[in-house]
Amino acid sequence: MEEKYIKHKYEPIHPSKDEWPVVKLARERKEFVKKVADLSEDRILNLTSNNSDILKEELETTLYREKLRIKQNPWVVDPDDDSSFWSGVKSSLVQISTETANNKAKKFQAYKGVLNSITARYAEEIASNFKTTHYKFTRSVVTYGFSRLLNAARVKGFKSIFSNQYTLQDKIQITGQTDQLRDLATKGTVVMVPTHFSNLDSILIGWVISVLGLPPFIYGAGLNLFNISIFAYFMNSLGAYKVDRRKKNLMYLETLKTYSKEAIQFGCHSLFFPGGTRSRSGMIESKLKLGLLSTAIEAQRANFENGLNDISGKIFIVPVTINYHFVLEAPSLIRDHLSITGQERYYKENDEFSNSYKISKFLIKFFTKGSDISVSVGKAMDVLGNYVDEEGRSLDKNNRVINTRDYFISDGKVSVDSQREEEYTNMLGKRIVEEFHKINRVFNSHLVAFVAFEMIKQRNKKLDLFDLLRLPEEDIAIPYEDFRESCQLVLDKINELKAQGLINTAPHLALDLDEIIKRGMDNVGMYHAKRPIIQDKNGNIGTDDMSLLYFYHNRLTGYGLEKLY
Amino acid sequence: MDSKNSTKPKYIGVIGVGSFGTVVANILAAKNPVMVYARKQEVVDEINATHTAQGRAMNENIVASNDPEQLCQSCDVLFFMVPSSGFQNVVRIFSPFLFPYHLIIHGTKGLCLNLKEGETLETVKKIKRSQILTMSEVILQETVAVRVGCLAGPNLSKELSQGQPAATVIASKYNEVILEGQSLLRSEKFQVYGNSDIIGVEISGVLKNIIAIASGALAGLGLGENAKGLLISRGMVEMIHLGNALGGSIKSVMGLAGIGDLVTTCNSVHSRNFTVGFRLAKGETLEEILADMEEVAEGINTVRIIKAFLETADLRAPITENLYRVLFEDLEIEEALQFLMKYPFNVDVDFV
Repeated sequence: MEEKYIKHKYEPIHPSKDEWPVVKLARERKEFVKKVADLSEDRILNLTSNNSDILKEELETTLYREKLRIKQNPWVVDPDDDSSFWSGVKSSLVQISTETANNKAKKFQAYKGVLNSITARYAEEIASNFKTTHYKFTRSVVTYGFSRLLNAARVKGFKSIFSNQYTLQDKIQITGQTDQLRDLATKGTVVMVPTHFSNLDSILIGWVISVLGLPPFIYGAGLNLFNISIFAYFMNSLGAYKVDRRKKNLMYLETLKTYSKEAIQFGCHSLFFPGGTRSRSGMIESKLKLGLLSTAIEAQRANFENGLNDISGKIFIVPVTINYHFVLEAPSLIRDHLSITGQERYYKENDEFSNSYKISKFLIKFFTKGSDISVSVGKAMDVLGNYVDEEGRSLDKNNRVINTRDYFISDGKVSVDSQREEEYTNMLGKRIVEEFHKINRVFNSHLVAFVAFEMIKQRNKKLDLFDLLRLPEEDIAIPYEDFRESCQLVLDKINELKAQGLINTAPHLALDLDEIIKRGMDNVGMYHAKRPIIQDKNGNIGTDDMSLLYFYHNRLTGYGLEKLY
Repeated sequence: MDSKNSTKPKYIGVIGVGSFGTVVANILAAKNPVMVYARKQEVVDEINATHTAQGRAMNENIVASNDPEQLCQSCDVLFFMVPSSGFQNVVRIFSPFLFPYHLIIHGTKGLCLNLKEGETLETVKKIKRSQILTMSEVILQETVAVRVGCLAGPNLSKELSQGQPAATVIASKYNEVILEGQSLLRSEKFQVYGNSDIIGVEISGVLKNIIAIASGALAGLGLGENAKGLLISRGMVEMIHLGNALGGSIKSVMGLAGIGDLVTTCNSVHSRNFTVGFRLAKGETLEEILADMEEVAEGINTVRIIKAFLETADLRAPITENLYRVLFEDLEIEEALQFLMKYPFNVDVDFV
């Protein structure tokens, strides 16, 4: 049975680009950045209880950390005036404390001035540089370039380079609630939350959004990606705003949150990788970074406060999982994960995506060999994790229509309660993880990796994880018949879970088991120099790299499948 | 559901008019109009006509109804004061009329089982934490309300109804629930503390009932204060370990809802759980005792659930285990005591 999936052309939901929220935002960029800077200033003043001394302390802490960052961890993307700006802040602070020693109100005003200069700088730095022409160009380059590569690889012959037999959609399957997503995007504001395994995800999701006919989403991309020129170009043109993980000071974080919240309120569809960073272990994210997620809840509450009670002010959370047979960065990701959990003293960043050459090499490999990717779009939810119907109305567990506004009501009015919203963010995070597990699609490669690792573990019960990973690879050999039996066991359980709606599978899992295993072994981590699963000449199952096997195995943790062993 | 448009003053809802429900309704009625829910029409009529509920006096500020929809519409804040055995059903009755703006606080010190259709405690025998629900978890599972809290502490209904000074804990993840509960309940005679560890507070209130039965048994055997001191201290250690395993924090067991309630219940002849233990030690059987008890002793059901939970948890709880054998396996109470005296506890404090 060949794989069947939706492959049709979606019309753009807003044919005219002028209607795209992101275009409107780009047009008003200057005003918007100013608004974000001012609102962030208010938030920080609020957090420092409008107290001049606390504010001063925060300013000094920020200054100290920024100076340290410039000295210890400079990046290519950092603006040239970074150092001079912060020196300026330093001298202003000194000046304020000497000149306005006796005048409290004046002193506070002066500190507020410095604060505003910092939030304005941050807001400007975070803001995206979306340009429609760049977006269109990038999109056509991606689509055209990729399909050229694909056809060259698959269709033999001299003219193949101009063939249109295969398109990118042959390579990347999009499944799930795509129509609901398109529909809701015209009515309200969508916040998409995908799983994150590879740096390729950002571009992939950008492409998916455009294939679905949706206007570009804005997303927070790690500033480190802008170090690499090829990514910087893509990111900018896809509407990315910048998130600098080096800056952990209050002022930066508040400005970032304000930017995200205001953009959502503006009506820009957004995208967060709620795991915060690529999943190091290969597991589906179970603990989410809730910072940006909280801005969706804040924006929803603010819309209600402003009287936007109909669907136009409603925010929809759409979970998405991306499934690969192969994650380019797997070796370094799992190494990071193990050295963190193994509590080794150092933690060294080593990125396969470190330069444009390596990425291009990967892309060519990716398109010239068959490795499918599937993107599953989950059911839309409101910001409390309730499913919504086709009108965008929230439904409770018994499918009764409820009003999301009620969650923010106290004494009959919409009220602001940050502690309440913090709890709501936790709840939403849990719901997203639940949905990730439900819409996750099992591939043959996930199955075989899971089974192989669990069997090796079972045979070495006395070893803890780290000893297990240090097992000499040449000593591992599982007879094929045992392996097959075990695969059947796990597959049955997966199908049982699927019947309960707790997981999803790729169509190829309906094939004959020997075929599944064969393809699974071919697919799992197919471009790694050391393969996670190998079969020796006697047909026994082994591995070249236990850590990689562990990484791919982790994709199926969190379903209780381990209990079968 | 249109709370925002109504101009008439809101009622505070109390569901259940047992002894504790009545007391809480009376405390609430000192400040606000209260609407209570009783299932039986004659109880509703009695309250509305004579301001008494099964003989207990009720504040004139209280009206009664047996219509869950009316209660949910008239009240933004609801207190669920029903025994754990009927809790899930009552919550299900209210569920269709509850909305996310409702604040719910419950005062039930018991546990519910979360089993599949057709399963009972007898058939499964072993249960995991995920198969046990505290009352707040029942509310979260059955309704769309999320702002949920619980009320627990040394609150013997009899003393409260006499207006003696006392204190209680409102636990909730939401500060607003704690603040609302405090402003509704606090008075010169009634102090209200807050705690954010709702699971810990609920579990403390639940587990102390087990120790209370044991305490009653010691009293029934005619043993003295030394024995009681021993029991309370060892009982607290057991509560801490069990509480931890069930997802509560140690701190909550040390608080008013834990040690505070434990000391009160272990010394009180008014406590139903204490009475069960006391009469057991006097030679009555469990059936005889249950047959003539007006309201449920939550501790008995709790012992069964915790025993089943211990089968899956890597944990020993000698008091609970032996009490189970006394209650359900005909172990003589003297033998159980002997066993506990020989049990190698060794270390006094091993949890801080």
